[in-house]
Amino acid sequence: MTFAITALVMTALVLLPLAVLVLRAASLGPQGFVAAAWTPRARAAYGVSLGAAVLAATVSAVLGLVVAWVLARIDFPGRRVLDALVDVPLALPTAVAGLVYSALYVEKGWLGHWLVPLGIQGAYSYLGIVLVLVFVSLPFAIRVVQPVIESLDRDTEEAARILGASRAQTFFRVVLPGILPAVVTGFALALARALGEYGSVVFISGNMPFKTEIAPVLIVSRLEEFAYAEATTIAVVLLAMSLTLLIVVNALQQRLARNAQ
Amino acid sequence: MSASQSRAPHASPAVSAALVAAAVGIVGLLIVVPLASVFFEAFAGGVAAWWTALAHDPDTRHAIWLSLTVAPVAVAINTVFGVAAAWLVARFRFPGRSLLISLFDVPFSVSPVVAGLALVLIFGRQGLLGPTLAWLDWKVIFSWPGLVLATTFVTLPLVVRELIPVMEAIGPEEEMAAVSLGASGWQVFWRVTLPNIRWALLHGIVLANARAMGEFGAVYVVSGHIAGATDTMPLRVEKLFQEYRTPASMAVASVLAGLALVTLVAKFVIERRLEAESRDLEAARSTAETPA
Amino acid sequence: MSIHVRDISKSFGAFKALDRVSLDVPDGTLLALLGPSGSGKTTLLRIIAGLEHADEGVIVEDGEDITERHARQREVGFVFQHYALFRHMSVFENIAFGLRVRKVPTAEVRSRVEELLHLVRLEGLGGRKPAQLSGGQRQRVALARALAIRPKILLLDEPFGALDAKVRVELRQWLRRLHDEIGMTSVFVTHDQEEAFELADEVVVMNHGKIEQQGTPDAVFDQPATPFVMDFLGNVNVFHGRVENGRAFWHGIPIDYPDYPHAQARDARVYLRPHELEISPLSGNGQAVTGNGRASGSLPASVLRVTRNGAITRVACRPHGSDAELQVDVPTEVARGLQMDLVPGAHVAITPRKARVFLPGPEYVI
Repeated sequence: MTFAITALVMTALVLLPLAVLVLRAASLGPQGFVAAAWTPRARAAYGVSLGAAVLAATVSAVLGLVVAWVLARIDFPGRRVLDALVDVPLALPTAVAGLVYSALYVEKGWLGHWLVPLGIQGAYSYLGIVLVLVFVSLPFAIRVVQPVIESLDRDTEEAARILGASRAQTFFRVVLPGILPAVVTGFALALARALGEYGSVVFISGNMPFKTEIAPVLIVSRLEEFAYAEATTIAVVLLAMSLTLLIVVNALQQRLARNAQ
Repeated sequence: MSASQSRAPHASPAVSAALVAAAVGIVGLLIVVPLASVFFEAFAGGVAAWWTALAHDPDTRHAIWLSLTVAPVAVAINTVFGVAAAWLVARFRFPGRSLLISLFDVPFSVSPVVAGLALVLIFGRQGLLGPTLAWLDWKVIFSWPGLVLATTFVTLPLVVRELIPVMEAIGPEEEMAAVSLGASGWQVFWRVTLPNIRWALLHGIVLANARAMGEFGAVYVVSGHIAGATDTMPLRVEKLFQEYRTPASMAVASVLAGLALVTLVAKFVIERRLEAESRDLEAARSTAETPA
Repeated sequence: MSIHVRDISKSFGAFKALDRVSLDVPDGTLLALLGPSGSGKTTLLRIIAGLEHADEGVIVEDGEDITERHARQREVGFVFQHYALFRHMSVFENIAFGLRVRKVPTAEVRSRVEELLHLVRLEGLGGRKPAQLSGGQRQRVALARALAIRPKILLLDEPFGALDAKVRVELRQWLRRLHDEIGMTSVFVTHDQEEAFELADEVVVMNHGKIEQQGTPDAVFDQPATPFVMDFLGNVNVFHGRVENGRAFWHGIPIDYPDYPHAQARDARVYLRPHELEISPLSGNGQAVTGNGRASGSLPASVLRVTRNGAITRVACRPHGSDAELQVDVPTEVARGLQMDLVPGAHVAITPRKARVFLPGPEYVI
């Protein structure tokens, strides 16, 4: 019976819908597919989606490394609170994040009030997209790296020091190579999350075609115009990107598990 | 005293302090300030205005009610599926097992909008099952069942992902012992398996519920976004925002944010239980292995 | 290079890991820090290495105060208990690490590493990753890495603790030979007395953050300074006795104890090593032996159990009129040559060849 339930849910909810999506797109034929999926506006949307996601995942990976290091290595008052706060983006609805980020970064907002006069437009801009994507992807970057830092053999750092390495040499030659696979995995997970994100971005991006329109937003607007074919083809392109990333993430995680042994 | 406990910190205090300040700054600016400003904005007009925005707008009331009915159903489906699938993967070896485990992750990596669209293509009026559903007079898309399907899709990995490692760690020995003592399949499940996985299951349920209450993209596509009919709370937040009714939007958002905080507290408590149980399991194993 | 440790103290919170410890390691010695876990031996080693900072006290190397010198500048080689190899680096790069950070020219690095690979008998394995080596091989890589920078002293923390018994014995003998070859002042930490005795020129027994005794293995084993040392170094039978007028009594057998010449009797503890007891059929009286710490007379007892353990036969007996159990180790050949059957219930005479008496101190806890 467990097999029946698993098979039913996976088939009805995951495999069948995605298969239908691909088949629908395929039924257009190669030329029809390219015509629908490769319009200038769609190409621009892929570019914005991919560019903002890569940028956000990079920022998340770097900031996440700092936060993970602090949580794993340094004991200070409030460490547990900080550790708990890291999970907020996982629990907070993305629509709320989008709403509040746009409110913060508009000219009258708490942060926009300071930033807009400096020429930094956080709301209704490319920067805004990157900001909310960093918000939604940060926990992934932190939670993959943190346990790996915790499990590092600290004797190796002492060994490096006693062999004459400076603090910087120890970090870059001994510590970083040990956690780099985890940082890359965290980056890939953050990228996967950022690439498909919709709820938070619609609030803050302004959704201007060719400028701040991401692929999921374009899918929805095509759908609202009942342009099903075009929506479907764009969705298939996005799906292909996501599944490629999923395979990459899986491979990375397997490597990480092997290294941990 | 082992060396690891006695270890003095090696980073200089200045470097440590700078790193802590950076981490607090990152989390503060990216997470704490936005979270605080939700509540600040929501209550900027006073508690009465907040309450009016929530309770005296029929469409908002309906959205709250809809969220409260959709999420539990999706979570319930997820729970049954999660337990069944985790059991299957943890207790049996079969061809395609590792592929199946990878497939559990698909809903995480697929954009919710793509997922919603895929469901429309099956259950929508022009979808695969459209004619059949029309003949049966069942409405899935732009209706409650569609919301449940979309929400279930996006939360699908959460319960099963929690359970697989726990079930694998516990192992089948206790269940086999119960069977050898004459317990039926259901008795084994209710008396042995479920008590062992209860905290992990609860953890998964809490996470799935949070995601279900907050899901936006997939629900947006399948709902048709009809105020007073198919708008859930997150969709209501967006609609109010589009109508330039930001204070009302913030009021609904504050309810969702409050829910997120409750989720985090529950998660924190459950994780401590989980840690304690995995320690117990380890302790039981190590005493079993070393004869007294 | 000699090391002198003067009045070192170190606390971790409320736990006093080292309490005014002083120690001299003469040049070229291989010294063992021996003690149970929590005795402070690893902390002392880490303080000598500069990995830990002492709360009080001074460390002097060849007349130079190095207390404030950072581990980086101390030029010590340190071998970690679990090797602490850099696992993303090859064996070659592990050994070369200390030279690389010192910006030693590549050609020189190469020849030095090859030389060390030869020394630790790992020629041809330079390209492997640590994960591809056995435990014993990893330990030798760790040693080569520590030696690469030509340290003035070599410190080893439980160097064989993580190895299985056979490899441990082999590596031990190899390390002793290596030490004799290069003659570097070395200190190692161990909780295994066999290891300490086989390997070291000098043994330092530690307990509760203090040094109980320092001396050659023979001296420490034959003249244990404290009940703890006596107890820690192998099996021992402990009995309550009385001491007065320079003599202690154990079941009526007198044992010389000139350290307590007073007439007022007081409690004492009598320690008897199982292999220093003789067993004979219960008929004749054992002949008296005299001298410091020598006992005279013998004690009637009945045999409870007999276990043959290869060359040694262990006999558990109970002295007549007592509840205590006494363990006697007899060479199996001697046991076979006795004019009686050693079976449970048999009556025997126990003659101590040697006994040690300690007045119970308040600080001594088993």
